[in-house]
Amino acid sequence: MKMKRYHAGDIIFEVFLVLFLVIFVVVTLYPIINTLAISFNDGFDTIVRRIHFIPHQWTLDNYKAVFAKEGYRMGAVNTVVRTVAGTLISLIVNAVLAYVISRKRFLFKKSFSLFWVITMYVNGGLIPTYLVYQKLGLTNNFLVYIIPGAVSAFNMLVIRNYMNGIPDSLEESAQIDGAGYFKIFYSIISPLCKPVYATIALFVAVYHWNSWFDAMLYNKMHDELTVLQYELMKQLQTAMRSAGSVEGLKNSGTTITPTSIRAAATICTMVPILFIYPFLQRYFVTGLTIGGVKE
Amino acid sequence: MASNTIRPEDLQAHKKVKVWAEAKRQPFLLISSALLLIYGIIFYYIPVFGWVTAFQDYKPAKGFFGSQWVGLAKFQKLFENKTFFLAFRNTLCMGVINLVFHFVTAIAFALILNEVRIVFAKKFVQTISYMPHFLSWIIVTAIVRDILASDGIVNEFLMNVCGNESPIDFFAIKGYFWWIVAFSNVWKETGWNAIIYLAAITAIDPSLYEAADMDGASRLQKVWYITLPSLRPTIMILLLINIGNVLNAGFELQYILGNDVISDVSKILDVFILDWGISQFDFSFGTAAGIFKSLIALILVCLGNWTAKKTGDERLF
Repeated sequence: MKMKRYHAGDIIFEVFLVLFLVIFVVVTLYPIINTLAISFNDGFDTIVRRIHFIPHQWTLDNYKAVFAKEGYRMGAVNTVVRTVAGTLISLIVNAVLAYVISRKRFLFKKSFSLFWVITMYVNGGLIPTYLVYQKLGLTNNFLVYIIPGAVSAFNMLVIRNYMNGIPDSLEESAQIDGAGYFKIFYSIISPLCKPVYATIALFVAVYHWNSWFDAMLYNKMHDELTVLQYELMKQLQTAMRSAGSVEGLKNSGTTITPTSIRAAATICTMVPILFIYPFLQRYFVTGLTIGGVKE
Repeated sequence: MASNTIRPEDLQAHKKVKVWAEAKRQPFLLISSALLLIYGIIFYYIPVFGWVTAFQDYKPAKGFFGSQWVGLAKFQKLFENKTFFLAFRNTLCMGVINLVFHFVTAIAFALILNEVRIVFAKKFVQTISYMPHFLSWIIVTAIVRDILASDGIVNEFLMNVCGNESPIDFFAIKGYFWWIVAFSNVWKETGWNAIIYLAAITAIDPSLYEAADMDGASRLQKVWYITLPSLRPTIMILLLINIGNVLNAGFELQYILGNDVISDVSKILDVFILDWGISQFDFSFGTAAGIFKSLIALILVCLGNWTAKKTGDERLF
């Protein structure tokens, strides 16, 4: 006989659950939907009326204004280039490094691992790093986006942990067939590592897409080297300083306000990421658990 | 007679031969590791060598080797600087508040989500919950600014529902800033941080729950007495990893939203270093502040590791 006992607490529990989930979803989504609504709403109308979920006066002018801006166009090109090139290079280099460190017979396995683990805990800090990059000619240079951050000990460790889970017998049998270490890396280990490669590629791509600090620190003087997020940041800073100049705007007769342009620009930088991440979910969940929890 | 015994010299010679034979078999490993070693030295180790600038009066024209040595003068100047202590306090406080909120919210969210029985709802909420993690801090800062603006939704709520007379200027009142930072972090990272706990929960032995069912435990009791204790190892290792990051209390929120009115509570070490080192060209002073930050972070990591060793939990190294 199957008997199910209900506790009074269980019902309260269930109500609380549903309530919590609804609030959670609303709080998470509201700012984004609100920005989306503002980006499609007439700029002047946004000032006089409160826009929450649905635009009141539909317009595409805000987006046209964003695309007309030299800075955003430049930034978009640079951001796409650094994201693609940076992710590719970073993935290759981290994979090779992880492969080398995870080989059982590699002569400097221990010392080389330590060499990289140390970099996770000790770093030069902002100023010495800046000075070194300056000496290397990496300031005012596009390469500063791609080269310095290419190897990351953390990403390497995530890949290494995954590689450690691949049975040694695969490598040994390939060696008996005469395969060298590069051949084993290229045609045996890497195809098996696709899930962890996808995870790292996602992490690195998001990092590149979202970074702006290096653009400000190293390439401030060169507008042609700007990136999207830095343009957004500059607009945000102007908005912080000039808060309360609504009257001036009303009189100027323009229908495009800084707020509405910013909303449109924000949506433009969000869209690629929001479209990609749900499809890569299964990868980053596995990747994170492998990286974070030691087996 | 002597031919039967193995002399240590022979053994060493044998070992040498073996090492050479092994080296010849792994040219790819050796060459790529050599290149990566050079890369690592240039981009990770030479900047650490750059710490010497803190003991010099660094002039870019003279470089690391030609600048005048001043000993601990820069550190002395640092410790006499009031803003530096404020920045250190702010960084530490925001870091600790963030750390506590990070753990409490991520664990709570994972536990709650785990109780959802409808698979679709669970998947949907979880997918939504990761989303803010992928947005840049610039975007989040813009969102925070808009929400808390005088015509933002929070003020609208406070005035219409709670009956406030006039909007609160959240960025002009010192008491609010740390909490603004904390809640921004919660909004952005809770779903992401919960992933690892949700994964750990799936690894819990189902027979524990079955046994609890037999004893008539309520769902709340099962969460409290089974799920939560099972997460202990995961919580400990993540705490260890994050304790070294306590001084990285974020950057964008403080840099962009911080203003002169609230700079006493909003200025953090990274902004302090940027102000002095880059904007005012006092590279040595900025480096000294950076070293201080690095050393504190290192001490925190070691302390965390040592505590974990004492209590017999997992540790990093």
